[in-house]
Amino acid sequence: MDTILRCEHAAFHYPDTDGAVLHDLSLSIERGSFTAVLGHNGSGKSTLAKLFNAILLPDSGKVYVDGMDTSDEAHLFDIRRRIGMVFQNPDNQIVSSVVEEDVAFAAENLGVPPDEIRRRVDDALATVGMTEFVRHAPHLLSGGQKQRIAIAGVIAMEPDCIVLDEPTAMLDPAGRRDVMQTLHRLRNELGITVVLITHHMDEALQADRVVVISDGRIVLDGAPGDVFTHCDTLASYSLSAPETVLLLSALQDAGLDVPLTAMTPEACADAIAAALSE
Amino acid sequence: MNLSNITLGQYFPGDSAVHRLDPRYKIVLTLLYIVTLFLAGGVFSYLVCAAILLVVIFLSRISLRMVAKSVAPIGVLILITAVLNIFYTPGENILWQWWVLKITTEGILSAIRMIARIIMLVAGSSILTYTTSPIQLTDAIESLLSPLRVIRVPVHEISMMMSIALRFIPTLIEEADKIMSAQKARGADFESGNVFRRVKAMIPLLVPLFISAFRRADELALAMECRCYNGGKGRTRLHKLKAAPKDHVIFFTVLLLFAAISVAGRFGY
Ligand SMILES: Nc1ncnc2c1ncn2[C@@H]1O[C@H](COP(=O)(O)OP(=O)(O)OP(=O)(O)O)[C@@H](O)[C@H]1O
Ligand SMILES: [Mg+2]
Repeated sequence: MDTILRCEHAAFHYPDTDGAVLHDLSLSIERGSFTAVLGHNGSGKSTLAKLFNAILLPDSGKVYVDGMDTSDEAHLFDIRRRIGMVFQNPDNQIVSSVVEEDVAFAAENLGVPPDEIRRRVDDALATVGMTEFVRHAPHLLSGGQKQRIAIAGVIAMEPDCIVLDEPTAMLDPAGRRDVMQTLHRLRNELGITVVLITHHMDEALQADRVVVISDGRIVLDGAPGDVFTHCDTLASYSLSAPETVLLLSALQDAGLDVPLTAMTPEACADAIAAALSE
Repeated sequence: MNLSNITLGQYFPGDSAVHRLDPRYKIVLTLLYIVTLFLAGGVFSYLVCAAILLVVIFLSRISLRMVAKSVAPIGVLILITAVLNIFYTPGENILWQWWVLKITTEGILSAIRMIARIIMLVAGSSILTYTTSPIQLTDAIESLLSPLRVIRVPVHEISMMMSIALRFIPTLIEEADKIMSAQKARGADFESGNVFRRVKAMIPLLVPLFISAFRRADELALAMECRCYNGGKGRTRLHKLKAAPKDHVIFFTVLLLFAAISVAGRFGY
């Protein structure tokens, strides 16, 4: 297994506060995978994300990006280039008043030659499906479009991995769908590793792996099909399983023979229809 | 009051000769135009200044109405200047007199001159912002100020600050509009009462706006760090300013023209 990100017994607390936010946390992210990170408010998800690209350094333990120790200053920009970061509020991460200039920002900081920046900007905008907005003013775009511009700005760094901290929290359903489609495209077409922090179970369902964090510890880790069948465990961490699973589990309790693993709405409908026709 | 009507630094994209001129030359020429306006003396030099302005407006394909709109907000200033000039210019040729107030031919002429200057000054500068994108403006200022780096002026940082400020103006205006509507819905009154009451009514608007601006600044700084921002060192640009031979020719021609007008103006033409 080729790991892109590795936390080894990482612990972290914010200065001037008592109580650690992350406790002895170990996690490996496989290159090319799509991982969803879930957890209730204040469980430490955003903090973990900031350990991934050396914005924060662990108090003890280590974080490695592609084998590079994040506490090694010499690798700082190499690490930040490899691990792109997208945040919740699209307005507060757009730097420039023209779309193409904003997408170019990271590449400019890295000292990429102008011709190469041009190519990267055009490619990145094509990947997120925003080519026609190249000279637009970002403040006139919709939330979902702004978030795709933010993603384009990150892919212009040609990262290996992109970590998104609740990128869809402020978006309407159409914007959410566009952003999720973009993430799948990044993973499938460019082979970029995706780590998605989210509160939306339907988004977590689309991942290959779900990691549940509670009070700075990993409490559940596995394929969505595994993790989401633990309805009661999830509830004890203030999370609820996807509605399909809740429905299936209620049907099971009522005596119907349906598998909890039919998690997408379509699979769920098929499973119920099959069980009823027996 | 509708905040979204504010046209501060508004830019009208286009592809005219004025749009295409190197923004550094545009800034320098605008400054020189203002100097020329103040060196203008007689009717001849004023008319040439006005003619130049009209030609540039025509070339830029910006409508005269838009240019007039940029002058409108300083109407009061123009009025005050006019009144002061009419009454306070010393002169012999008295046309009308009442108590200490008197109107002289000299006063009227000086008022007309001053009004013409202010209008042309504002219209000329508005052509600069109408035809130059904020990015080009800040890049040009960075480039023009770059010699100051020798004396340790943080030129890159200044231009980055300006471009971020320009980027966030619409965002903050939108937010202010939202907060105002929310407070109006709860009975806040921003429009009646004297100046002090109105300023006082603004405080509950400004406090949340400031708090949110600080939070935005924090998040933006984080996002910039994540995108490998490390100041101006080693930074390249997508669009590098590059003056073409044509730009040099235009610049020097207009420069000579301004010099000629200034000299003529000094000799009273
Ligand atoms: N800059 C900070 N200084 C001090 N404490 C902080 C800071 N940022 C976060 N915390 C605390 O650390 C804990 C974890 O915060 P974190 O933002 O990582 O949680 P989260 O899982 O991202 O939550 P949410 O779902 O609300 O985004 C919280 O208790 C929070 O109050
Ligand atoms: Mg968070």
